[in-house]
Amino acid sequence: MLIDRTQAEEAIIENFLNSDSLPNLLFPREMREAAMAAFKEHGFPSRKRESWHYTDLRNKLTRISSYSDDHNDGRPILPLILGNVLFSVVNGKAVSNSVLPPVFCTPLALSPSRALNILRDFSITNVISQVNTAFASDGWRINVQKDVFLDNIIEIQNLQNGGQSHTCFSVSVAEDSRATILERQLGDDQESFLSSVSDIDLAEGAEVLWIIIRERGILSTELNRFYARLDKGARLKLVIINAGLHLLRQEVHIDLNGSRSDFQLRCINLLSGESHADTTMKIRHFARSTTSKEMIRNIATDTSCGVFQGMVQVLPTGQKTDAKMLCQSLILSKDAECHAKPELDIFADDILCGHGATFSTIDRNQLFYLMTRGLTFVQAKAVLVKCFIKEQIEGIGQEDIEKALHGVLDHWLFLHL
Amino acid sequence: MLEINNLHVQVAETGIEILHGLDLVVKNAETAAIMGPNGSGKSTLSYILAGHKGYKVTQGDIFYNGQSILGMNPAERSALGIFLGFQYPIEIPGLITMEFLKVAINALRKARGQTELKVPEFINRVKEIAKRLSISMPMLKRPLNVGFSGGEKKKIEILQMSLLDPTFCVMDETDSGLDIDALKIVADGMNRLRSSQCSFLIITHYQRLLDYINPDTVHVLSKGKIVRSGDRDLAVYVEKNGYANIIGVSCG
Repeated sequence: MLIDRTQAEEAIIENFLNSDSLPNLLFPREMREAAMAAFKEHGFPSRKRESWHYTDLRNKLTRISSYSDDHNDGRPILPLILGNVLFSVVNGKAVSNSVLPPVFCTPLALSPSRALNILRDFSITNVISQVNTAFASDGWRINVQKDVFLDNIIEIQNLQNGGQSHTCFSVSVAEDSRATILERQLGDDQESFLSSVSDIDLAEGAEVLWIIIRERGILSTELNRFYARLDKGARLKLVIINAGLHLLRQEVHIDLNGSRSDFQLRCINLLSGESHADTTMKIRHFARSTTSKEMIRNIATDTSCGVFQGMVQVLPTGQKTDAKMLCQSLILSKDAECHAKPELDIFADDILCGHGATFSTIDRNQLFYLMTRGLTFVQAKAVLVKCFIKEQIEGIGQEDIEKALHGVLDHWLFLHL
Repeated sequence: MLEINNLHVQVAETGIEILHGLDLVVKNAETAAIMGPNGSGKSTLSYILAGHKGYKVTQGDIFYNGQSILGMNPAERSALGIFLGFQYPIEIPGLITMEFLKVAINALRKARGQTELKVPEFINRVKEIAKRLSISMPMLKRPLNVGFSGGEKKKIEILQMSLLDPTFCVMDETDSGLDIDALKIVADGMNRLRSSQCSFLIITHYQRLLDYINPDTVHVLSKGKIVRSGDRDLAVYVEKNGYANIIGVSCG
């Protein structure tokens, strides 16, 4: 039990007392109370907890944005790409959806979602589940039926402009189906506090490309958890680009449960000002002949901080696993910092696993070379930053998506170089 | 016209002086060759002309067309028309050569108050010069200088030089690492530009390049100073007798 609670912890507890109208279909009140009981006991984790060592949430989160369980309707924004099928949540409430016959969808506030219960572990370090379960107000449940090849992109929007929101997204893709899911986490410059949990089940032979574009204001704090379970032969490619935010904790948990399932991650963190972005990942290879490859790139300027904690775990049943993990950080200012903690946890003896981490700054010789060809200092620097990131964006296989990701990068470069 | 007066240059990090009062004049449309033994300061001279921050000018000045360039960064010097051909061209993974050429051309055109080159015109110009230099178009789709042979890198330098419309080219040991055929192609590229009233400062160890590019003046650099100047015969003399005699006479 915590003796001294921080102002932010007190606010969370007080908010819960005013959260009677949260939908019980999403999480029964008893479950929410259990989550809050765990939070009351543990509070926000500090650097003393190993998995939060580089993100001392207890000290970083000095205050919490105002809370209201009255979630006003808002309007979704236009889809990123014409033809995308929209599933929007605005200020914590599911507001609209398009109709796409092979996809079953429903707002989570209106339907119980047993699948979500899998996530609800309220252990000491799992503050994201504690807070999200206690306060989750809405989200979308999306089921892609069997043998469906979706041409249209499913676009999930989570828009939050000030205040708090706590949302969930539950996606399942049935056997031998293919889908592209674009998750946009967007917000303005108002102070905001969010938790968002996405979980996805890929059945045998399913293939999903999931892109997360996160552009929030500099006063925004987001706690995010992405949890995927892959059955036999399923393939998931996750592409994440994070720009803005005051504080982000992005957790990625992947279970490769079926043989020959494959997970690929490309993550770009664009950090400026006082931003702190923590990508914490755990890949578990449960089944034989599973593969995973993760590439993380951080660009840090001003006094920002990037954190990557990645663990690849190969269970005794995971023989013939092939796993690679690489985190590379480009540090653009003397006060910016990046931390990387890649780990392998191996319990099988016939596997191929590797990991690495690099830290660098702009190569002065490359900068000089470009400037001798007429590029200004800023242009040359931008070119070199783009070269560092390019590999993460290219080869995704969807031209419109690549263009959108380049757009986020260009906008960030324009603002911060 | 380039005029270097009493130039003293240190390595910024260590404070070690490399150039000790160098004087040099290169007139418009003149091709000057700089020769000198290892460690005499030839590459330092090329870097300082291009504006490398790793070197510090402690005394003296450099004027280009009557204007001091010491306060200018490399991009500003490039906009004035100064081009440095690198001895060891830098590899930039991820930067497609063709894209780089387009960005560089348009950056310079903008700095010079010209309109951007339209894509078809850009491609035609690149194709024409690349063909002359025996550079294949697929090579231009590769990252800049990455995995290129020494000769290919030098040809790409000449391609850039030809596209960027310079008025003063500093060529730092462009002949190193070139076979005889590549040397002829590179020399031809330089001679074409020469005919358009461009000045050259050619830094070389050997007379071989000068067989193809006939210099107007030849200067011998030793211990950070010009110790002997002359015409093409000076290069022939150096090739035959080495530097010892020249350096000895000067120091004596």
